[in-house]
Parts: sequence; C-alpha cells; structure tokens
Amino acid sequence: MDELDDIIKEFLVESYENLDQLDRDLVALEDAPDDRNRLSSVFRTIHTIKGTCGFLGFPILEHVTHVGENLLVKLRDGELRLNGEITNGLLAMVDAVRTILANIEVSGTEGSDQYEPLVEALELLRSGKSVVATATASAPVAVSSVGAVPDTDAELVESTEDRVGETIESIESMVNDLTQSPSKGRKRSSKKSEPKPKAQKAEPKVKAPAKRKTPAKPKAEAKAKPAPKSSSKAQSEQKSKAAPKPKAEPKSKRSPAKQPVAEIVTVPSLAEAPVQPVVAVAPVEQPVPVVESEISHHEIAHAEVPTSPARKESKSTAAGNAAASNDAESSSESGEKNQAISETTVRLDVALLDRLMNLVGELVLARNQILQFSQSTSDPGLIAASQRLNLITTELQEGVMKTRMQPIRNAWSKLPRVVRDLAQSCCKKVVVQMEGADTELDKTILEAIKDPLTHIVRNSVDHGIEPPEVRVANGKPAEGTLWLRAFHEGGQVNIEIADDGGGINLERVRAKGLEKGLITEEQAASMSDREAMQLILLPGFSTAAKVTNVSGRGVGMDVVKTNVEKIGGTLDINSVAGEGTTLRIKIPLTLAIVPGLVVTCGGDRYCIPQVSLLELVRLDAERARGEIETMHSVPVYRLRGRLLPLVYLDEELGLRPPRTEAERREAEKVNIVVLQAEDRQFGLVVDQITDTQEIVVKPLGQHLKGIPSYAGSTIMGDGTVALILDVIGLARQGHVLTEHGGRAIHEMNNKGERSQSQRSYLIVDPGDGSRAAIPLSSVARLEEFKADQIERSGHQAVVQYRDEIMPLISLDGGYGGGCGDGAMSVVVFRAAERNFGVMVGKIVDIVEHDAAGNGPMIAGTPQIIGGRVTQVIDLMQLVCA
Amino acid sequence: MDTQLSYCTFRVEDLHFGVEVLRVQEVIRQQHMTRVPRSSPVVRGLMNLRGQIVTALDLRRRIGIPERTSTKPLMNVVIRTGDGPVSLLVDEIGDELQVDSSRFEPSPETLQGMPRELIRGVYKLDNKLLLVLNIDPVLKLSA
Repeated sequence: MDELDDIIKEFLVESYENLDQLDRDLVALEDAPDDRNRLSSVFRTIHTIKGTCGFLGFPILEHVTHVGENLLVKLRDGELRLNGEITNGLLAMVDAVRTILANIEVSGTEGSDQYEPLVEALELLRSGKSVVATATASAPVAVSSVGAVPDTDAELVESTEDRVGETIESIESMVNDLTQSPSKGRKRSSKKSEPKPKAQKAEPKVKAPAKRKTPAKPKAEAKAKPAPKSSSKAQSEQKSKAAPKPKAEPKSKRSPAKQPVAEIVTVPSLAEAPVQPVVAVAPVEQPVPVVESEISHHEIAHAEVPTSPARKESKSTAAGNAAASNDAESSSESGEKNQAISETTVRLDVALLDRLMNLVGELVLARNQILQFSQSTSDPGLIAASQRLNLITTELQEGVMKTRMQPIRNAWSKLPRVVRDLAQSCCKKVVVQMEGADTELDKTILEAIKDPLTHIVRNSVDHGIEPPEVRVANGKPAEGTLWLRAFHEGGQVNIEIADDGGGINLERVRAKGLEKGLITEEQAASMSDREAMQLILLPGFSTAAKVTNVSGRGVGMDVVKTNVEKIGGTLDINSVAGEGTTLRIKIPLTLAIVPGLVVTCGGDRYCIPQVSLLELVRLDAERARGEIETMHSVPVYRLRGRLLPLVYLDEELGLRPPRTEAERREAEKVNIVVLQAEDRQFGLVVDQITDTQEIVVKPLGQHLKGIPSYAGSTIMGDGTVALILDVIGLARQGHVLTEHGGRAIHEMNNKGERSQSQRSYLIVDPGDGSRAAIPLSSVARLEEFKADQIERSGHQAVVQYRDEIMPLISLDGGYGGGCGDGAMSVVVFRAAERNFGVMVGKIVDIVEHDAAGNGPMIAGTPQIIGGRVTQVIDLMQLVCA
Repeated sequence: MDTQLSYCTFRVEDLHFGVEVLRVQEVIRQQHMTRVPRSSPVVRGLMNLRGQIVTALDLRRRIGIPERTSTKPLMNVVIRTGDGPVSLLVDEIGDELQVDSSRFEPSPETLQGMPRELIRGVYKLDNKLLLVLNIDPVLKLSA
C-alpha cells in the first residue's frame, strides 16, 4: 500500500510539474500554432498523464486526458490548427486535470465530477473540421453490417486495402519524421534498415493477433504486404520498445468493446480521412486494429490506444521509470535532452533540505564560536585549523543555500496563463515579456511571493492595460505589454512588474479614498501624488469601476503589501498617467542566514538585520546636547537637515522608564542606528554598536510569538542567545509607523523633493584644515591605509588594493596629510575601469546640499556648504591631472 | 487496579512536584539566560541548549509562589513539547519516583493560591505530598 502511495505521490508531483509546463506551452503555442516541437511536448505531457493514471486506476482523469489527447493528435498532425477556442478547450482540460489531481491528493479519489461538458466540448472541437464527425457516425453502421456477414468483412478489407496502403504510407512518413530525430541511432530504426528481413518479422507479428480470430489472418497479411517497409519500420521501432506485445493483447480484449468511438476517432487522425473504413472494422474485427496499431505503433499506438494498453504501459512506467519515460519521449527531438536532465538531477524532499539548512546553521554557529575562541589563543595549529574550518563552512553554507535556490521562473511560469485568460476575459491583448527569469532566490521566499505576484499581474491586466481601442486612440500599439523583470542588487532580489497601460489615475484614487473615508477632504487636497499612490496599498481600496471576477473586490494590494513585508520585502509603486505603472518588490535572497548588526542595550546584545540598516551615527555629548531636539515630546535628530525621529531601544523594551528631556541632554554619547522601516526612516538609540555578523535566524518559541519587538533569536559566537529585533515592529511600537502611514507619507514626500534638488556630498579635510566636498555618488568606498602600506611607483604613491595597484592622488599636491600618525583615510572611486584613491586627512561628514539655493555647483569653485567655505572636487579632473 | 507510574520530581520552596518521566527530556543546571524584555514575567529567558534555543519558564512565578530569597542556582527541567523543548526552572531536583496509582487523589478543593487546572492531583507519599503537574497547561501561557 505504501508503495502505491509513493507511486501516486510521484505521479502527482510529476503531473503538477507537467501541467505547469503545459500551461506555458499552450499559451506559447497560441502565438505560434505551428511550433511542432511544442505541440509534441504538449502531446507527450498529456499522454504521460493519461498513461500513468490508467495504470493507477483513475478512469475519469483518464477519460478527460484521453479526449484532450485525441484533440491534440489532430493538432499535431496538422489536421486542425490551434486557435483561441481550441486553446481554451485545452486549458480547460488542464484545469480539470488539476482539479482531479487535487482531489486525488486530498482524498485519494478523483471526485464525483464527470466533466461531461468538457469532454463534449473537446469532442466538438476535435470534430471542428467535420472530417471525423462522419467517421464516427458511419462507424456503428459499418460495424453492424460487417459483424452480420463475414464475407463483407473480407470484401471490405480488400476494398480498403489500397487505402490501407495510403494510410501506411502516411504513417511511414510520420515514422520517418520521427526517426530522423536525434534519437535515431539509439533506436536502431533508420531508413537504412533493410526491408526484407523486417518484412519477415512483420508477419509473425501480424499473426499473433490473428490467432484469436482466424478470418482476420489473410486480411492482416494482405495489409502487411503492400507496405512491408513501413510495417517493418514499425516493427523495428517496436523492438526498441519494451512491451509492444503485451500492450497489444489487452487492447484486443478490451478496448474495442469499451470505447469503440474513441477508437475510431483516434485512428483517422493518424492518417487522415482515407483510413475510415479500416477503422470502421475495428470494433468488430479486433485483430485488425491491433495490426493497425502495431504498424503505427511507436508513433501513435502509444498515444492512441485507449484504456487498457495505457494501463500496461504505465506499469512499465512504474517499474522502470526511466526506461518508460524515455520511451514516451523518444519520439521527439527533446527526448534526449530530457533524458540528460533526468540523469543529472535528483528530486529531493524539501524537508531534507530544510534539515540540511538547519544543520549548516548550527555549523555556522559552532564555527563562530571556534573563531572567537581561536582569537584568544596563540596556538598556530588551532588558528590554522579554525581558519580552514571557517573557509569550508562558508563554502558549505553557500552550497546548501544554493540547493534551496530556485529560479524565479518557477514563480513566473503560471503568469502567462493568468495573463492570457484574463486578457481574453476582458477583451484585451497583452504580451508578457520576462527578463531575468534565471534570477534565483530561496524556495520559501519563492513560495511566498507567488500569490502576490499573481495579484499584481492581475491588477496590471485588469486595471492597468487599456482595451485595444483606447490604446490605439492614445497612439499606443493595440497590444499591451507586461514586463516581468528580476535582478539581484545588493544582496536583495528586485522584482519589477511593469505595464504600459494607462497608469494610475490619481484623481480617481483620491476620490475613492474620500468616498471610502480613508482620507479627509483636506488630506485629499493637500496630498501629493506619491502620497495618493500609497492609498492603493490600504486595505479595502479598489478603483475598479465594477467588481469583476478577477479584481475589484478591495482585497488586493494591501494583502500583497502584507505578504511582501512578511518576508522582509518592500513594495514600491511608480506610475505615470498614460504611460504605465511599475511595481517594484525588493526581497531578501534568503531568510535563514542573514547579516546582522550586533548592538548592546541594557547589558544585553541584540541583532538588527542588516537589510533595514541605513547608517550609523555617533554623537558625542556636546553634539548630542545640541542636535537632539524635542518635537512635541518626541526626540528627533537632524540628519543632514532632515528630522529623524529617535526611538530609544531600552525604553522601547521597557528596560527603563522613558527619559525626561533633561536626562536626554545629559547623555554621554548617543549611538544612533538609522533604520528603514517600510517607507520611513528612524533612529534607534542603543548603548553600543558592536559588530556585524552572519546570524542564523531561529524562530521564537510559542511563548514569545506575540511580542512585536522581535523577529527571532540567534546564538552568538560565545554560545549565548541574542534576540533579533524586528525593525518594523519596533517602529510601530515607537509610533514611528502608524497604521495609516500619515507621518510616513510626509517623510517620504520630503525625500522625493529632496532628491530632485539636493545632492549628497562627502565632506573631507584634505589635511590642511580646509574643507573639500566630493559628490557622494562618485565615491565607491572609504578605506583606511597605514602609512607603511603606501608604496611608490615612480613619482606616484600607490597602494595594493584588492589585487591591483591603486594610484593615490593627493588633494593638496603634496604627499597628503594625516599619514604621519600611521593611518590615512582614502576615498576610493572608480574611473576608466580602475580604482583611484584620494588621500585625505580626515573624513568629516556627509551632507545634503541644495544646489538650487546656491547657484550651480561648479567643480573647483568654492561653495558655502554647511556654513563653511568648501572646495568642490571633481574626481574626474583629478584623474586627468 | 494498581499501576506504577514514574515521575520526575522536583522541589519549589517546600512543595514537591512531579512530571511524568517520559515528558522530561533532561535535567540541567542553570544556564546563561538571555532575558526577553517585554515578555511575560514567567519567561525567564532564552538559553542555548546545544544549539537549540529553549525558552525557560519560572515555575515559581507560573504557579504563583512568592519570589524566593536564596541565590542558589536554579535547575532546568527540560520538557518535551510539540513545539520543541521548554524548560521549567525549579529550586531543586528530587529523585525519580515510582508511585502507586492507589495513592492518587485529585487536587483538593481547598487548594489555594495556585491555579487548580495546573495541578492534576496529589500522590500521598509516606512523608510528603507529591503534586502532579498538568504539564501542558503549565507550559502554555495565555497572552
């Protein structure tokens, strides 16, 4: 029983994968209906499902796939051309299969739905060209007459002999097509094979079924003769197959009686109309169809044979999985490729990977402990060993992380289908373009973003992209485009979903916000565009004029936002009216091991995930007194001219009562960790900032789940436990973030304006007490070098930096100040594909400077920045000089 | 019918408690604990149990016994639960006792100062009473 369960489980997993592939293929096929490779891939997929479910005993599923398969045969053979209607039918079939599979997964049975309407629809589609309609109709007649008078039987067969010849020829040509595939050599069936010996072989084969019904014998032979070549070919094909005969036997026993119509249907599709009469015989003279199917065996029988052979076949699937699947797939070019993939990949249980991941997490912790221990020892052996351990652990960690990484394609794969269905239901035309589908991210994250992605895509198609008429009227191509982009950036994955639709109508958003009572009239009037945009993310907000079955129910973007934030991501909307909307999701690569900043507070250590970390500011007592101000009893710090609300960690954690203003002023020094929480920044005041470290995130136990301040816990290098702070939770708790984001919106608004007229400058002291400003955008890194690291090459001071020789440039023309005391600050920047270093005496600060207020910032001319005369330096000019 | 049951026993103040031995993963000395600000006072902290982070609950506070005055190190009774181990901090570990079910009695109505649902009942031993903890409710903190 267990074994069977395993087989079913495997069948389900495999089938789900196949179905996803099917969705993709069908949608792609709609654009290129003549792509034969894809058609055969679709065909194979359905066929595999059908075959296996026959074996496992799922008649409904088998019936549905069988009908779909019949339709596909006609498509593949070029009798029908794929159109929207047929695609719909096939997709509906895929959905039905999915439903049945889901039923099987849940209850072990197929469910009670018989899918009759679907089957009928598919049958109708298949007979779209009415060729087969007559065949099916005439079949029973032929059957009865033939059955009554044996002579007619013979006549009929004889009269159809010529046609059989044609049929066989056409089969032959198909077989040829097939054998020209790369799998040729492997299968020993090529054009070169001599017809004669094979013709001999063909006879026994024909006889085998004939034993059961003598009258069939001459017919069968007659049939075999006109086309020895083709039958021999089929024979040789068979030889490469494991079980042609067993397959034929059950068929002759059961299938004709069971499903005569299906039988008739399938064969004409093989060889077009002329086959009709032959087929008509099928239900009566069992051996004949057997011969028929044997001749065409490899190419079609595999696929056509209903019910019982399929059962046989899948038995072999179960028994020798690889062999059978090769079998099914070898009829196309992709067969070999697939085989190659199956040989180099292993299907693994995610639970096992999770376990491995946990163990690696433990190892990382142990490594951290050993490293810490080895720092306090002078034993060179231990130090060397621990360094090696360090390297290996890091590599192992990366390796195991990689096993959990999956290309985002897996999450995207169903989107084209979603878009297609949706576009069709709202009479729009949309193409999906994907970039960076190979971008990898952790499986858990991938799972978590699947639904939000679908939601966003639905929104884009439903609300974003306009109907074709509107688009054309606006001078856009009738077909809308939806872009899906993914790329890595700074340890995070960026996912963009962009459309070239109408953009977000902010007036409507405002009006809707008013109507729903989410904002007041004054707010609506004073609201900036960016603020209005954020309204979309509020719960219960939808601008859709009417509720459709796809969107407009008001549960949407807020759910998307919550889901994205749940996995530590952020969501950003950009929209230009009339040009389109871009949604950007930023999510961490992985959740299990993250870099974190270790701080202390009240004697305990806490970790802050580095993703939310923006910068660290330390104020000495004097500056703290002057620069920490109180606004409405809320402490704030002016960070480059902007007000940064401060949250004291010890107060937030309830370790001490809130400070009075006087107490705040008396602080010795203030360490501020500037953090990003959603769309707003705040400063977290801690006692001490210790270090950054890779931390292994462990979930909190049952007793601590409800506390918003913590995101998890971790074990530090010395073996003690430290809590990981939840930045967003802290921000909420400290009232920096409010539910409706009122303050957040203002803050962001300021930010938006700032970026237009202000630039950031790095203020340095060149060494002579004066001030110089370097545009921050051109600075790559800030480094410190010891005086003895600086070497000379000719007249040029250089330093070895990251395996290259970096020239050092001095600002004052001399050797540079500040190197006397051993360490020197160097501003590293890149120009002409290499690094340059500017020696400075001291890094002073980073300031925001409003260029607009001071006239244009011309490099080389002094400016007043932060109340002091400052020389603005153009780094490029320095390089040239 | 008399059946023998094994209990891991421990002491808090002058009370003797018992937990079915099968539920006890191990007994260890007091470890370094990281306090968790803003959590329930019953949560004494988090400790590292061979790479696993375990929440330590103060049994004394859980069942409402007044704070103790001694500074003697506490002991951890690590209990298996569906969500991983949880530790109970107790004053002292006693023996593993085999007790006779005939000596069992549901906790008396007059039991005061202690939530009755946390005590399943009492074994009348020769020289003392053994209070059997209803361990799952004990480990469950209602927010």
